[in-house]
Amino acid sequence: MTFPGVKALDGVDLTLRKGEIHALMGENGAGKSTLIKCLTGINDFEAGEIRIDGIDGPVKNHSTLDAQKVGISTVYQEVNLCPNLSVAENLYIGREPKTFIGTIDRKKMYRKAEELVKRLEIDVDVYQNLENYSLAIQQMIAIARAVDMDCKVLILDEPTSSLDDVEVDKLFVMMNQLKQNGVSIVFVTHFLEQVYAVCDRITVLRNGTFVGEYPVDELPRVKLVAAMMGKDFDDLASIKPEGFDTLKDAPMQIEAQGLSHKGTIKPFDLNLRKGEVIGLTGLLGSGRSELARVIYGADKAQTGTLKVAGKEAKINQPIDAMQMGMGLLPDDRKAEGIIGDLSVRENIILALQAKRGMFHLIPRAQQDKMADHYIKMLQIKTASRETPIKQLSGGNQQKVILGRWLATDPDFLILDEPTRGIDVGTKTEIQKLIIHLAQEGKSIMFISSEIEEMLRTCNRMAVLRDGAKVGELEGELTQERVMSAIAGGFDE
Amino acid sequence: MTTLKKFSRQQLFLPIVCVLLVLAVNIVYDVANGDVFYNFFKISMTNGIFQGRLVNILNRGSEVAILAIGMTLVVSASAGTDISVGSVMSLCASFCCMLIAGFGVSSVDSVTPASLALGFAGAILMGCLCGAFNGALVSYLGIQPMVATLILWSAARAIGLLLCNNLIVYVRVPEYGVLGGYLFGIPTPLIVVIVCVLITTLLLKYTALGLYIQSVGINKRASRIAGLNSKRIIFLCYLVCGLCAAIAGLVASSRITSADSNNIGLNMELDAILAVALGGNALSGGKFNLAGSIIGAYTIQAITTTMYNLGVSTEVTPVFKAVVVIIIVAIQAPPVKAWFNKRSAAKAAAKKEVAKV
Repeated sequence: MTFPGVKALDGVDLTLRKGEIHALMGENGAGKSTLIKCLTGINDFEAGEIRIDGIDGPVKNHSTLDAQKVGISTVYQEVNLCPNLSVAENLYIGREPKTFIGTIDRKKMYRKAEELVKRLEIDVDVYQNLENYSLAIQQMIAIARAVDMDCKVLILDEPTSSLDDVEVDKLFVMMNQLKQNGVSIVFVTHFLEQVYAVCDRITVLRNGTFVGEYPVDELPRVKLVAAMMGKDFDDLASIKPEGFDTLKDAPMQIEAQGLSHKGTIKPFDLNLRKGEVIGLTGLLGSGRSELARVIYGADKAQTGTLKVAGKEAKINQPIDAMQMGMGLLPDDRKAEGIIGDLSVRENIILALQAKRGMFHLIPRAQQDKMADHYIKMLQIKTASRETPIKQLSGGNQQKVILGRWLATDPDFLILDEPTRGIDVGTKTEIQKLIIHLAQEGKSIMFISSEIEEMLRTCNRMAVLRDGAKVGELEGELTQERVMSAIAGGFDE
Repeated sequence: MTTLKKFSRQQLFLPIVCVLLVLAVNIVYDVANGDVFYNFFKISMTNGIFQGRLVNILNRGSEVAILAIGMTLVVSASAGTDISVGSVMSLCASFCCMLIAGFGVSSVDSVTPASLALGFAGAILMGCLCGAFNGALVSYLGIQPMVATLILWSAARAIGLLLCNNLIVYVRVPEYGVLGGYLFGIPTPLIVVIVCVLITTLLLKYTALGLYIQSVGINKRASRIAGLNSKRIIFLCYLVCGLCAAIAGLVASSRITSADSNNIGLNMELDAILAVALGGNALSGGKFNLAGSIIGAYTIQAITTTMYNLGVSTEVTPVFKAVVVIIIVAIQAPPVKAWFNKRSAAKAAAKKEVAKV
């Protein structure tokens, strides 16, 4: 399989035993997604073959339907369901139970759907539209759909990237249950601890080539990372410079008072000084993204006032916030980040161009220079700057969007899950970048599901619960303090 | 990759091939009839006016070409079509003639430059107004483009008839006929097309309009987060589309030096949409190619003219046109394209094998 200008996979082996959970590891662009797409028939492969127990001769799938017929089901990184259909319809789309005259047996469909979600302990109303549920629930529905199709091989492509810890545990229970029933699971993730929590064996890829296959007990964490990166990575603990936490007398960048948006976030106050990094923490759906969206004007604030650099700001839509020096990297990359058919260059310059206005076109030479600059700086793997962004791997797309915001030179940058789907090496780079930006006097709001990552970069943390800001943590931040704050008690 | 192969991957490749195909049919027919093979391209000069089949196509295809400009932008930004353009053409033409002749007057023998200017300005304004109405419905109220523009599709023509007091208004003066006639021997409609295309191209090249429109057309939500005012951009596209309809309406009216509400621009919205599709532009919005749409518009006219030339009677012409259009659109459909690509790849692989042996 080759992507334009890049050989995406080259001589890769994957052996999957009956009833095992097999981790497929590698950095962005290592070829994990491509390998999966070859297995499921989305991409054609040029050399090699697939063999499945019980089927004579090599298998070649030409579509996901073919793959399902031989027992391979997949749940992708981004949820690929229809938000405007009900949960039950999503579960049974394409294989609806039929009545004897050939129409859809809706009664049966809803009954079966209810049984299925009950069995998997997903708390949803199957009559509701899918869009009424969080990304995490949607992901679980996608898994439920795949599980329900009698599959021998279940491929999970980063299923946990949008789930919180409780939901991840639930998923693991589900995975182990399937494993007991003889289903083989291919598990792709960027969370190392999850690999060690459920997997039996690991296959590592790097730059589209096969590195090795190891039993989990024989490959400790450090060696796994080394195998993925081809080198040892930086000591993560020490990226905060000396004196980074003392910013008591820096001028205020953001002063929010009583901002709210009905149905998503209750009124909150929040102050942020220049050069400060604030982390938003809380369970998934606690209002982290929603708080950020109200400040940025992605959801218009219905109450309260906002001061930017001491001046009252009236923000009706994102462009107003951008003119005040803000930027927002949204968490839903596919829906709110990338402009799929446009090139990497166009995606990078878009926000800056919007800020300059229609009649001040950035000269082409300058566009090229900017694109090249960020491709190099963020180590974006792309055939050229004119490649459509949709052809890049997920992590590289994320880097392009990050480049888009850096290009606008914001004073206040909101990063909502900037490292989701990004490999370990680049994660550290992004964390370092955050610290670097803060040292330049920029203010950062950092949202991440990984507490560790925020501990490494934030001066201060705001804690959210059930759509409201419930408190702030200052001073020495530790995992225990943050966890207990999220859980409900402030220990001071 | 050879240059030819590279070119075959371009969006404009197929539209151009289609035009060449139509030309080829003409040439074969001419030769079979004992004419010289370049009969089709022959341009003669009679009474100081360029004439010939090619000139005829370029002249007659102008209205659709002008409409195609606006339609391309609308399709790209809103993934929908403006089906009111034909009716709006008629309304603008009627309004123009009414302003020149006065309400209830069915014919005028002389015009002043002032009344001409008033008529033209009024028509342009009316077109923009219609475009703004469509745009507001689509972008600010979020109504499906097809439904939103259906209103003016049915109403605009009738409003035009009302403005003309149910009469066909004749402005039979040479000054009014210039726009649909000839200037320095060249058909004026062609000049109008060139000017319109030139202005649009310059706008796309020297402002960020093209980037904005495509970005909004591909991902509205992401564009908003990146600071674009998606609604305003969609509104603007419909406004431009209305403006184009007004210009096309004036050209059509000038050709017949009258405002025939019932016939001006009849079914032309469909040709305009077809032109966009023939140009290789996805009707699902997003990336667009203006040149493709313009070529598409003239392809449609070339097919029509060729039909007349072949002696196909006017009643059955639409059937043949439909067949040709089906073929052209099918060639450009993604599955067919993929099939061609696969085949050529297989051929290349086979060649390699042979070379190895």
